[in-house]
Amino acid sequence: MIVTNVESLPGKTIVEHYGLVQGSTIRAKHVGRDIMAGLKNIVGGELKGYTELLSESRSQSMERMTAQAAELGANAVINVRFSTSSVAQGAAEILCYGTAVWVE
Amino acid sequence: MSGLVVSQTVLLVAFVTGKLLERSHYRNIREREKATFTQPAITFEAVDDEERIASAELALGAVVVSVDHFKRFLATLRMIFGGELRSYSSVIDRGRREAILRMKESCPDADLYVNCRLETSTISNGKGKAMGCVEVVAYSTAVRYKK
Repeated sequence: MIVTNVESLPGKTIVEHYGLVQGSTIRAKHVGRDIMAGLKNIVGGELKGYTELLSESRSQSMERMTAQAAELGANAVINVRFSTSSVAQGAAEILCYGTAVWVE
Repeated sequence: MSGLVVSQTVLLVAFVTGKLLERSHYRNIREREKATFTQPAITFEAVDDEERIASAELALGAVVVSVDHFKRFLATLRMIFGGELRSYSSVIDRGRREAILRMKESCPDADLYVNCRLETSTISNGKGKAMGCVEVVAYSTAVRYKK
């Protein structure tokens, strides 16, 4: 499955559109990470635990999106967009959406 | 009285370590930016010479950054008078440049990163008006030319 965030797939032609596909996941951080992040908050800088957590959830939402695209019979997802929102204190939703297409 | 001493010590520690960490991070960012200078990230979609393109895939980089205690204290003072929160902008700037570098490093052999998008989101709120931690995501399509 090829995934890009441009409207066309460079070097290939789009034969068919299958419409919007999306994947999302809502993750909460665990207490241990929270305590570490709390300490790290004093000196500032990167919070590695959170970066890892969010990249895990981002790849999961991308997997869900590509799985949906594969179900429709597509071989690529184009014009992919990401968005993050905090749905509750300590939990974040990661959404990833794009257009499923068949390219040749 | 002892509470005041503790909070002042925390402020001092935050100021010193925060400053040192920021300096070393900026040094690291500048070095890596020099190394990836020949692989630019651009914000437009179109590539002029489509025939030359061998492959394209999604490149992604993300980072969660937080403000140190001292900067948070400065910001609280600044919020009385208003104006630019310079102490916060350097943190976001570091995060953004780091995210772009990670995006490039996720597809290190690409020649060009087209349609680069940046997104910033608050993932946890600090106490009161203070900034908590912020996630910066950079993503683009990594393009490889035919050799």
